[in-house]
Order: sequence, then structure tokens, then C-alpha cells
Amino acid sequence: MRPLRATRAPVIHRAKPLAGPDADFESADTESHDTQPVLRLGGVKLFNRTARRSDPAPSRLSYRFQRWMLTPGIRMGVKLGLPVCAVAAAVGLYFASEERREALNTYIADIRTSIQERPEFMVNLMAIDGAGPGLSDDIREVVPLDFPISSWDLDVEQMRDTITGLDPVKSATVRIRPGGILQVDVVERQPVIVWRTRESVELLDETGVHVDLITSRKDHSDLPLIAGKGADEHVAEALEIFRTSRSLGTRVRGLVRIGERRWDLVLDRGQRIMLPTDRSVRALERVLAVNEVQDLLERDVAVVDMRLGQRPTIRMTKAASEDWWNTKVTVGNGQ
Amino acid sequence: MMTDLYQSQRAMRQMRRQAMQRGVIAILDVGSSKISCLVLRFDGTGRLSEDNTIGSMAGQTGFRVIGAATTRSRGVQFGEVTAMQETERAIRTALQAAQKMADIRVDHVIACFSGANPRSYGLDAQVDLEGQLVTEAEVGRVLNACDVPDYGVGREVLHAQPVNFALDNRSGLIDPRGQMGQSLAVDMHMLTVDAIAIQNIVRCIKRCDLELAGIANSAYVSGISALVEDEQELGAACIDMGGGTTSVSIFMKKHMIYADCVRMGGDHVTQDISMGLGVPTAVAERIKTFNGGVHATGADDRDLIDIGGDTGDWEHDRRTVSRAELIGIMRPRVEEILEEVRVRLDAAGFEHMPSQQIVLTGGGSQIMGLDGLATRILGQRVRLGRPLRVHGLPQSATGPGFSSAVGLSLFAAHPQDEWWDFEIPVDTYAARPFKRAVRWFRDNW
Repeated sequence: MRPLRATRAPVIHRAKPLAGPDADFESADTESHDTQPVLRLGGVKLFNRTARRSDPAPSRLSYRFQRWMLTPGIRMGVKLGLPVCAVAAAVGLYFASEERREALNTYIADIRTSIQERPEFMVNLMAIDGAGPGLSDDIREVVPLDFPISSWDLDVEQMRDTITGLDPVKSATVRIRPGGILQVDVVERQPVIVWRTRESVELLDETGVHVDLITSRKDHSDLPLIAGKGADEHVAEALEIFRTSRSLGTRVRGLVRIGERRWDLVLDRGQRIMLPTDRSVRALERVLAVNEVQDLLERDVAVVDMRLGQRPTIRMTKAASEDWWNTKVTVGNGQ
Repeated sequence: MMTDLYQSQRAMRQMRRQAMQRGVIAILDVGSSKISCLVLRFDGTGRLSEDNTIGSMAGQTGFRVIGAATTRSRGVQFGEVTAMQETERAIRTALQAAQKMADIRVDHVIACFSGANPRSYGLDAQVDLEGQLVTEAEVGRVLNACDVPDYGVGREVLHAQPVNFALDNRSGLIDPRGQMGQSLAVDMHMLTVDAIAIQNIVRCIKRCDLELAGIANSAYVSGISALVEDEQELGAACIDMGGGTTSVSIFMKKHMIYADCVRMGGDHVTQDISMGLGVPTAVAERIKTFNGGVHATGADDRDLIDIGGDTGDWEHDRRTVSRAELIGIMRPRVEEILEEVRVRLDAAGFEHMPSQQIVLTGGGSQIMGLDGLATRILGQRVRLGRPLRVHGLPQSATGPGFSSAVGLSLFAAHPQDEWWDFEIPVDTYAARPFKRAVRWFRDNW
């Protein structure tokens, strides 16, 4: 019985077996070629029937072919090169047409999207910690995302750089929290000083970095004021000077950077303490010490010049000096 | 003529060197009853063992047999090619099978054959040395000075080996190079065979797309493998009983000094049986192999052998023959062969040798009781020889029938110096002064 299922194996046709009295003769003749199948899988025999069985010899062609196949280069080529070439050719032929390439690309893209858009990878909202309302609005503005978005499409690194690039932001960490939340932790810069330039009034933090522009000094009257070109690069020194001059109380108006080199401490009544380039705090301390003892700054002094440490100088106001001259003359005359 | 031969032999040596570099060479023993092919792989020269003794492989460890195949020979009779197409097919069969087993392609082949009427000549020469020192050029000069006999047209020199050197009064030198003396003498053994036979075999091999890297006489190579070292040194005769021929070679001081062949062999015994019993050759061969012998005893009369038949006649197909009858057919032929060998040995002066060891080898030597018969005819000191063991040789190819194939592999690995291994001295090239000048430079600087 042949199976119902179709098969690709070659059907071997055999001559009809002999029956009856002839069958006995047939069985005795084992050498008979009639019992051989007409079609053999080792097909060489089909063409080589004439060769005598007792005297086997390879044909010239098969001999040459075998020698050729035993040559190392050829053998390598056939065993490795040919399959590789065949596969490459098949792939090349298949993808020769634009349509199939497109189809493959689309297929890959589809799979990619379907994986990326699984709910496990989706980000639904952005949470910003450590920023004031104004700043978090700014952050939402510079990182425009329309949620929900797949976490594969988020470039967290780049987002962090963008956020850190904002002026009021000192540092920021951006990560995707489980639960589909984009967590942004921000450390804001704290303004510590007001810097007035010719164009504008700015807030600076303790390292001199720009924090914000303000319209008026009045809004931040609690912060000390500095002015002058290049003052923002020496904010730390200015803060030190301000801390030292705390005993002057409200008399201090601010610090002016002179020639991008040194500071002038400006007090009310037009008084000015000119501090040297180096060791300015020390010089100010000397002035304050004199002030403590002799109330120097309470007097009619216009300028205390500490630029030369060996030779502190004071300049009196014009009225005071005239007064002094008069007094001197009077005294001289009086004697 | 001589220079032609010289050039072609040198070309074959060159071919052998190439094969050595490639590391693979085929050995082809073209016999009358079988053609066997071995594929050798060379892995560098054989090293001695640590205590500098020779070791069990007798120093023959430089190569390994990686393929071996044997096929029934066709178109070869008496060791000579008679039907070239058939021989070519047989060579192809053997070589293809051996290549398949070795799994490597072989391009160079060294062949040996037994027939073609080998004839030995002893040559000698003496020259006065130009300097005091024996150089390679001097050896070449003395070899070239040998007075070559007129060996006839249609003959070709197959081997020409210097056997003995004598320097002044000292004889028995193996290698005189570098020694001091006044005059150098040489004894050379030259073997000539029919040129047609060589040409036929060369042509067969060329038609199989192979390069011939050497050719040797099978009497010589079976002597190399069947004789042990002291037999070769002290003197012995090797009798290779093949299918169509029985080759005789005499060795002395590790050199062959005589070779000849009797154009009778095992096939003739088979033919006798075939004719005497009226059976096909294949059946006769089988009967000879399984039941043959040369000494009949009383028991052999009762030992009946079925010889069968294929005629359909019941009586004819159930014939039997007693083993005594079979021996009666075989023995005269074997005796005849051995008598013929005796004649050749006598002609060579074997009875004057110091040691008269005789070694029987080849497929025909497996006849039962042959050594006893040979002792009566050839002399007291007869033994049966098998080939030397070499690396990788299959068990089926270690029988005496393979002694020439094995010997040829030894020959391929370590060929003896032949005449053409030395440069021809310059005076034969008198027409080339420039080359002479170059040679003078090379010899003197």
C-alpha cells in the first residue's frame, strides 16, 4: 500500500517479479541485472553499464574530477566558497527589487515599534523636583515632550544637558522611574549678589554665574550690590569683603570693581575705601580697626586709600580740608 | 645519449626534491599481478632517539604512509607494459583509491617495475687527483671517467651507483669526500633495461596527469626493504618472487652489486594448475593460494580439494583433486624457477661471496614449504623475508608481496647516491667557457 500523503522520494520502478515455475530459475541467478532497479540513486552506474564488474576502473573524467576535488584550494572553494556564494546570490537576488527591501524594512520597523510601544516601556508624565514654578515651566518648555512616549525614544542624556544648560539650574539628574515617570531632579542656583552693569541688573550666584536678569535693584534689596566690569569673576572675594564689612551696617552701598583689578568699597555720604589688589580683606580690616578706635569713617573723610599698604592715605572732603586749613591758620595766628 | 639520460635523471631528482618540499609523494609498484600504490607524507627528517640509538623504526621515521591501495594488474606481463590503456586504467584505479584514503591530491609519483631484461655491469675508473683533496667535483670526474661498455641500442641506464671508492691503496671507502690522496678509483654498478619498457611506463604515468619523480628496479627496492641491515652489509641475495617475474638482486656493503630477473613467476604456477586441472585461472589462483604447497606428505593424498566448475554437468562440476596432485603440478614449476635463479646467482658469482644469505620475498614466496625447497636448490641459508615496518602501513599491506612497494618508499625517503647526483666535470662542457669560468670561481672561492 502506498501512503496517501504525497512524497518527493523517487519512485523506483521494478520489473514485475516472475511468478510460476520461472521464479525458481530467477532466484538461482543472483547475478541477474533484471532485479536491479531501473533508476538508481548513484546515477553514475546508469551511464557506466559497459564497465566490467571484475575490472573496476574510474573513467578518465571521474579520475580527473576526483583529483581536482582533492586539490586543497578547490576543495575549500567547493565546501565553503560555493555555499557562501550561493547564499549571497540568493539573498542578493531576493533583495534586488526595491519592493522587497521596502517590505523588509517595514517589517523590521513594525516589530521594533510593537516592542517599543509595549506599556512596560511607556513614559506618561514628567515630574520635576527641586525647581520653583517658574523654573519648572522653563524646563517643560525646553524639553518639549508629548506624553505618552516610549522610553526608547527618550534621550535622557541630552535632556539632562539641555536642562543643565538653563541659567538658573546648577545641576540636574534625569531618569525614568518605574511606573512610567520621567523624574527630573533639579538643584537651582541661589542668587547671592546683585551685579549692576551699564546695561542691566543681574543676579549672580556665589560662583559668579548668571542666574537671572532683574528689572530693579529694589526687588532684591537684601542682597549686596557689586558693579564694574569683570566684577562677576570675583564674586567670592566680594562676598568676603561684604562679610568683613558687616560692622558698618547699612552704611555699605556696594563694591565697585576698578580697572578689573581691585575693589572700592562705597559707603553712603560718598565715602569710598580703596582696597589694594592683593589682600583686600586684610586692608579693610585695618580700616575698620582704625574706625573702631577713632571713628574714622564718621568724620569728614572722602576717601580712605589703602592701595599702598605701607602708606595708607585719607582724603578729606573739600569742606573739611578748607575748614582744617582755616583752623590751622587760626591756630598759627593765635599763637 | 649519455647526457640525455643524465639530464632526464637529474630532472627526476629535481622533481623528487619538489615533492619533498610539498611533503606528499606517491609510490607506485607496477607488477604483473597487482599494482599497489602508497601515498607518503614527509614530516621532516627522522630524528634519532634520545640516547642516539637507531630505534625500532631503523631511522625510517621521516615519512608516514597515509594512503594505500592495491588493484589487480591489467596489461602488464613479465613486469612490462603490454597494453597501455589497460595499464593506465589500473594505475588510475590504484592511485584514485590511495588518494581517497589519504584525502590529499598527489602530483608526484615514484615508480618501480621488475621486467625489461635488467642487466648488470661493473664499471671502474681511476683518476689522478688535481689537488690533494677529494672534492665533490673530483668524485664527479672519476665517475665520468668510467669506461661505459657498449650496452646496445634500445637500452637505458636505470641505476648507476658508485659502490666502492679507493683512494691510493685504501679501498672500501664509502664516502671519500674531504680525504687526502693522490689518485681516486671507483667501482660502479650500472643496471640497464630495455628503453621501450621505461618509455611505456613513463607514458602511462604521464597519461594519469602525474609527474614522475623517480624510477627504480623492483629487485633493488625489494632488497632494500626485505634485507635487514647486516645482511645488506655482509652480503645477501634477495629473490622477489612476483607474479610474472622473479627478480634477483645481490647486496654487499649496503649497495646493490648485481640484479637480474627470471621471466617466470607465480602466474606461471597458476597457469600450470589451470591447465593441469582444467579450471579457470581465477579458480586456479584460489586453489593455489589456499591449498598450494611444494612438499607432499602422506596426508596430502587424502586431502581432497573441490575444484568445481560452471558447466551444469554434475560430474564435471563436482570434480575433486587431491592435494598431492596439486603439489605435483606446482612443484616442478617452482623448482624450475628456483633452478633458473640458481643459474643467475652462479653467473653473478654468488658462491664467492663471504656471506651467502638468501632471502625469499614477494607474493610467490608465500607458497607453503617453499623455504625447504629453496634450501635444497639455492643453499643452506635461506629465509623468508617480509618488508620493513614503516609508519602507518596498513596491516593488509605488510605481507611479503609488498616488499617492493615498501622498499620504494624507503628509496623515496633516502635515495642512494647515483652517478647523476654528482655534477658532470667541466671538460665535457668544453664549448662553454663562461660556465667553466663560473665553475672555477665556485670551486675555488
